[in-house]
Amino acid sequence: MSLTLAVPVDRAPGETRVPVTPDTTRKLIDLGFTVLIEPGAGVRAQFADALYEQAGAELEADTAKLYQRADVLLKINGPQAQAEGLTGSELEALGSTPEKAKTWISFLAPGQNEPLLEQFNGQHATALSLDAIPRISRAQKMDVLSSMANIAGYRAVIEAANQFGRFFTGQITAAGKIPPAKVLVIGAGVAGLAAIGAAKSLGAIVRAFDTRKEVKEQVESMGGEFLTVELEEDGAGTGGYAKEMSKAFIDAEMALFMEQAREVDIIITTALIPGKPAPKLITEAMVKAMQPGSVVVDLAAPNGGNCECTVKDEVVKAHDVTVIGFTNLAARAATQASQLLANNLWRLLEHLCPNKDGQLVIDLTDEITRSCTVVHGGDITWPPPPPKLSATPKPAAPSAQKTTEKSPPAPRKARPIALYWVIAGALILGLGAVAPADFVSHFTVFVLAIFIGWQVIWNVSHSLHTPLMSVTNAISGIIILGALLQISGSGSWLVSVLATISVLVASINIAGGFYVTRRMLNMFRKGDPS
Amino acid sequence: MTGLLSMAYLLAGVFFILSLGGLSSQETARRGNNYGIAGMVIAIVATVASAAVGAYFVLAIAVAIGAAIGLWLASRVEMTAMPQLVALLHSFVGLAAVLIGWAAYLDPRSQLAGAEKVIHNTEIYLGIFIGAITLTGSWAAYGKLQGILSSKPLALPGRHVMNAVAIIVSLVMLILFAPDGHGSGDATMLLLMTLIALLLGAHLVAAIGGADMPVVISMLNSYSGWAAAATGFMLGNDLLIITGALVGSSGAILSYIMCKAMNRSFISVILGGFGTDSGSSADDEDYGEARSASADEVASWLRDADSVVIAPGFGMAVAHAQQAVAELTSTLRKHGKTVRFAIHPVAGRLPGHMNVLLAEANVPYDIVLEMDEINDDLPKTDVVLVIGANDICNPDAQEKPGSPIAGMPVLEVWHAHQVVILKRSMATGYAGVSNPLFYRDNSSMLFGDAKESVQALVSKL
Repeated sequence: MSLTLAVPVDRAPGETRVPVTPDTTRKLIDLGFTVLIEPGAGVRAQFADALYEQAGAELEADTAKLYQRADVLLKINGPQAQAEGLTGSELEALGSTPEKAKTWISFLAPGQNEPLLEQFNGQHATALSLDAIPRISRAQKMDVLSSMANIAGYRAVIEAANQFGRFFTGQITAAGKIPPAKVLVIGAGVAGLAAIGAAKSLGAIVRAFDTRKEVKEQVESMGGEFLTVELEEDGAGTGGYAKEMSKAFIDAEMALFMEQAREVDIIITTALIPGKPAPKLITEAMVKAMQPGSVVVDLAAPNGGNCECTVKDEVVKAHDVTVIGFTNLAARAATQASQLLANNLWRLLEHLCPNKDGQLVIDLTDEITRSCTVVHGGDITWPPPPPKLSATPKPAAPSAQKTTEKSPPAPRKARPIALYWVIAGALILGLGAVAPADFVSHFTVFVLAIFIGWQVIWNVSHSLHTPLMSVTNAISGIIILGALLQISGSGSWLVSVLATISVLVASINIAGGFYVTRRMLNMFRKGDPS
Repeated sequence: MTGLLSMAYLLAGVFFILSLGGLSSQETARRGNNYGIAGMVIAIVATVASAAVGAYFVLAIAVAIGAAIGLWLASRVEMTAMPQLVALLHSFVGLAAVLIGWAAYLDPRSQLAGAEKVIHNTEIYLGIFIGAITLTGSWAAYGKLQGILSSKPLALPGRHVMNAVAIIVSLVMLILFAPDGHGSGDATMLLLMTLIALLLGAHLVAAIGGADMPVVISMLNSYSGWAAAATGFMLGNDLLIITGALVGSSGAILSYIMCKAMNRSFISVILGGFGTDSGSSADDEDYGEARSASADEVASWLRDADSVVIAPGFGMAVAHAQQAVAELTSTLRKHGKTVRFAIHPVAGRLPGHMNVLLAEANVPYDIVLEMDEINDDLPKTDVVLVIGANDICNPDAQEKPGSPIAGMPVLEVWHAHQVVILKRSMATGYAGVSNPLFYRDNSSMLFGDAKESVQALVSKL
């Protein structure tokens, strides 16, 4: 008996996204699930009911029945106490029992919503929180936070552009010169990087600040300029998030922001540590220092905002500066957000359904499953143990030590080299003392030829190594000379026969080697200048 | 007259040096080959014209037959079979060295005494010894490359002891043989040594596995040079000495480059048996699961990409996929995409093998780049196609100090946005270690025969 995945209309205010698209419906059915959709669930993300039906989903117009039939409920937002079309709360409508525990999957923010987790437990339901999926590389394909942050970052720039009265890109027109807009992005996480990329591609000059030094390269790769304060403190914490910094650091940071506020046209703040109030980075004084018409987009608005002038979910004017405090920027790009989210969710369900038989396996020994499962089997399983791995680089100190350790052995190494030369010299002199003059002259030629060969061969292009082998093959056919000298005049028929065979095989080498080299070299051609 | 001959030899020697020097770039390579031919003609004509050589009729027939065979071999060889041809040609040099050594020993004209005689005998002995090892070693290499012998390392019990005994016995016999050379039993000793060296050569190469062939071939190349040089000493011929030294050092450098590219010492390659003692430790580390992609998906990635890098390996040669790859390249280039090739030094079974295969398929050489040239560009690359290669792009070499291939320079393809690995199965590469590249989030496998997969991609584009 395969499980039924139900997708109701998400009635949370301002919500436009849908966690399953017609495309992932097909993929979920391939995993063995039955997919049940409430009519209208995808309409705001431009996915018509008919598309779901074509993809193999069943439509269920009766909301209460949909909840009853669901084994797994897929939503964006957590359960609502009162919902249209239902008597009682969404959770009650689900009707999970200890015998037949149902599963709820959505964003739950378990860190901030402990009473909610109690409710789930009281209803004997299993709850999986999308925002609790660990941010480890194995789970990247289901990392909804990155997907949403990516959209939020892009959307932040678009919202800013909408409010900003000038071009982003610099131009020189007949009507005068237009300077490019200057954008400051605070926090170079996924959202920050997306914002840098979007602002850069609109033509703005982009600067970015982050307490974590390790993101410098990422900022630069997106085309941003990395700003930093002159203080030795790295802000990398666990799980790829920044940690809170010392007082001295924050003072230096604030001075930098003040200086930047006077210069830049747009500030996008993304400094957010989950479950904690957002740090106030842009003070009212800084907003006041900005040029009239400037824009601040505060992506930390859900947690109170990075800017003192932010009003949650609103666009306000403060000191002639527009401050945007939208909390659901991803929902403002409903189709894109739904597509990414649905793919992440499909990957999660694929992970939870290893046998592709339409059954969920909640394996709490698996790191991913363990982290995102917040209520299961009558227990609140939040918070999970800390993540095992982090993308933080190893501290730089040991490597510095290594380099200092490396220098002493140098003099030790010099001794064997001198020793080798002494031995080699002694051998050569010893040989010279006993060897006949003829041999010595040949030996001289031999050694010098080795050195010439050594110098010449190092210059050979790597791509020509095969032709090098075949041409040296041909050249080593020079051994034919030896055979030529032996072939006649020795008076011994055996010598003549051996020499004749030698001439023959050496000729194969010469002719074959040179010809095949020629063939190969003729193949190498340069590309057209196009 | 001897003055004239010496000058001719000098000229030939200079031409050979210019020939090798010409290979420093594609533009001058053809001229280099012509220098080589010119040097060879001068040397042979001058020698034949000298008073010491007669029997022109026999000579002409032998040269004609040899040249005919050589041209026939060279004109019909497929580029994928180049390693075999090169191995075969090495064996001929070895054979010639053995025969000339024996002929010199049997030559009744040599009347030397004292130190000169000792040195001459030593030269004969060493010439035959090196020649014989080259001869059978090359045959063994040929057999492995051609698939007649198993490409797995042959691991006889106590093989190191056997090799050591063979070398020691040969050395002892050299000491007994050199002072007289024509006493009773000396001819038998020389014959015995020839047999030992023949067996030793075959055994040494048989113990080395298939993917170490670039080193083996370079090493045999080097041996064939030393064999020629030893013959030169034996006959007191400077041109042979010069040429032998050039070829010998060329092969030695190639071996060095190849060893460096695998991060292994020359000794460990020669001793053979890689992959049996350390590599078989199939690590149980769980990398998760590899994703497999369809040709349609890969084609759509390619359509969306601006820059594509193709990293070919021996698998491309096995599948004869180079023409299909070239077609894919030109299709992508027509769509305005930047396509480049990333060549690892030990990709294939011969140094520079991939370059020749791609050249054969008409891929312009200026988009075929070496590992060091392209590694820095990989993070900016949209799609990397890894075709029939495995160990040369294994991130463990850099990230896992305990891995058997740790420290080996590799193509850092995992830095690219998307990596597609064209492979027949999930089997491990030659080093016997699993490749975490396959399990990366930006990696996808395109299973199947390399040629068919690439052709499918071309048709989808």
